[in-house]
Amino acid sequence: MSFMNNVLELESFDFEGYFRSVSPEDVRNSLQRDELDQRDLLNLLSLTAQDFLEEMAQKGRQVTRQYFGNIISLYAPLYISDHCSNLCTYCGFNAGVDFPRTKLSLEEIEREAAAIAATGIRHILILTGEAPAQTPMSYLEEAVKIMKKYFSSIALEIFPMDEEEYQVLCKAGADSLTVYQEVYDRDIYKEVHPKGRKSDYEYRLMTPERGARAGFRALNIGALFGLGEPRKEAYLAAQHARYLELEFPDVEVSLSLPRMTKAKGIIEPKNILTDIDLVQFMLAWRLFMPRLGITISTRESAEFRDRLIHLGATRFSSGSKTGVGEYSLKDHDDATVQFEVTDDRSVDEVAEMIRESGYQPVFKDWEMV
Amino acid sequence: MSTKETEDTLYFGDVPFTSRLLTGTGKFASRDIIAPMLEASGSELITVALRRVDPDAKEKDILQYIPKSVRILPNTSGARTAEEAVRIARIAREAGCGDFIKIEVITDMKYLLPDNAGTLKATEILAKEGFIVLPYMMPDITVTKQLHDAGAAAIMPLGSPIGTNRGLEMKAMLKRIIEISKLPVVVDAGIGRPSQAAEAMEMGADAVLVNTAIATSHDPVMAGKAFALAVQAGRMARLAQMAEEKEYAEASSPLTGFLRQ
Repeated sequence: MSFMNNVLELESFDFEGYFRSVSPEDVRNSLQRDELDQRDLLNLLSLTAQDFLEEMAQKGRQVTRQYFGNIISLYAPLYISDHCSNLCTYCGFNAGVDFPRTKLSLEEIEREAAAIAATGIRHILILTGEAPAQTPMSYLEEAVKIMKKYFSSIALEIFPMDEEEYQVLCKAGADSLTVYQEVYDRDIYKEVHPKGRKSDYEYRLMTPERGARAGFRALNIGALFGLGEPRKEAYLAAQHARYLELEFPDVEVSLSLPRMTKAKGIIEPKNILTDIDLVQFMLAWRLFMPRLGITISTRESAEFRDRLIHLGATRFSSGSKTGVGEYSLKDHDDATVQFEVTDDRSVDEVAEMIRESGYQPVFKDWEMV
Repeated sequence: MSTKETEDTLYFGDVPFTSRLLTGTGKFASRDIIAPMLEASGSELITVALRRVDPDAKEKDILQYIPKSVRILPNTSGARTAEEAVRIARIAREAGCGDFIKIEVITDMKYLLPDNAGTLKATEILAKEGFIVLPYMMPDITVTKQLHDAGAAAIMPLGSPIGTNRGLEMKAMLKRIIEISKLPVVVDAGIGRPSQAAEAMEMGADAVLVNTAIATSHDPVMAGKAFALAVQAGRMARLAQMAEEKEYAEASSPLTGFLRQ
């Protein structure tokens, strides 16, 4: 059994028809329940439920506070290489885009790590493209070991690996794994990942499961909104999270909802996830899974992120740089970024905003043992 | 037992406590509320997750927000095995948190339910190392006895899953544990209202730990005080040996009285 079975089963389900059939009464009933099932999730993701957004928000905030407290955890991303052999048509780092690729040396990684740690950040997310030839296991292992000197928690957002390979990185000190399916719709997946390692849908889908078995204590998954039909993608991403929660009860599961933005050399989004949809999806997820972590990156604007604090978010990146070497080695103008940061406030500024919003910014929430 | 409040002391190991309300640190909107909350509630023992402690913090570390007069009860939140809990406890001691340790070995992130077998194992090891061990546990009679033999200083059965504010859903089990336990019983987790805290104390719990309900209320200082009063009321009711609720009416003319006439 794997989540692949769930995906295959759901392919015959008429999402559009179901969403259209949802009545206000269905939404009201779902909102009143303490424990929500799959049908409730569908109801809350329907367009009909947008008339109940305020009720969802009130309940969502209360549930988030109850289980997480009045806190927002902080982390920062560190891009160590933008070499990539994949041809994801929506990504500015794809192999077909011509720009000088950079891979940090171990000394440079250390300088970047020190620069981030000086801002107070204690949780780091290491990112690479998918280019095992340029960023082999030995390099990643060394990178993790360097991070250990500066950070309390090390998350990876690198290319999917086998369980044994993940075990090596866990042993080196990594504790969390982020991997987005990008799009759960298999046809669109095929279309936007025409060839290369990433074209294997099932191998990617099973990645969080391999990660959990290898020993990661936290998994962060998500869909890139802008590719598949948003409501269906939001449903499948949440089902995937619930599947992992049930299958691996000792693992903390989080979801992200990155939205596609325009960038050089990539396709236009197939659809735009509106702010109202994004908020609705977050709240539906929150009510469906009260203990779910919800991560919000600096793709979102400062003004919008300030609001999302009250709407179920539990973790923010801050002070983010999305180009290789941007923290200490080169200027933004000289860097090629994966996506443009919209919230470019410093860590101190984000922490202050969190405080002003009545929440506590938490920098350290893990201890390596 | 004396009915004088002043002589009603609670011991964990050989450390005496007057307050029977334990509190937590993890969920406050601002760490600045911790000190006034402690003052209002009179709590003398407050739990801190070691995973949140950062001696190198750029800003003030969590431990610096706790007044010197209040003892720290570091917890092993994040531990999934006995071995991890043991390592966290040792780190806590080195970090200057003292000899108290609340063991949390949790293998279920959805309801944060404890693994009693792992908890027992960690208790055995840490008690031998001189820690004052307060294990968070599923209410279970056998494990209660085993934790006593392993050298625990108290047991901390859950009232309901952490953060649910559902009160004493484990009531039947808790009653039985209070009845047999030779160690102080601290009802931990799930207490959402002062009335529930009072209920636990009336039932005979020696103390309660309240975190979420205080930290996430609109006025944590006042909530802390409210819980303190409830705990005192419940404790006094217990000491006064209040008459029990009766499940059936007591007949004014006894049914079997004629047998003795």
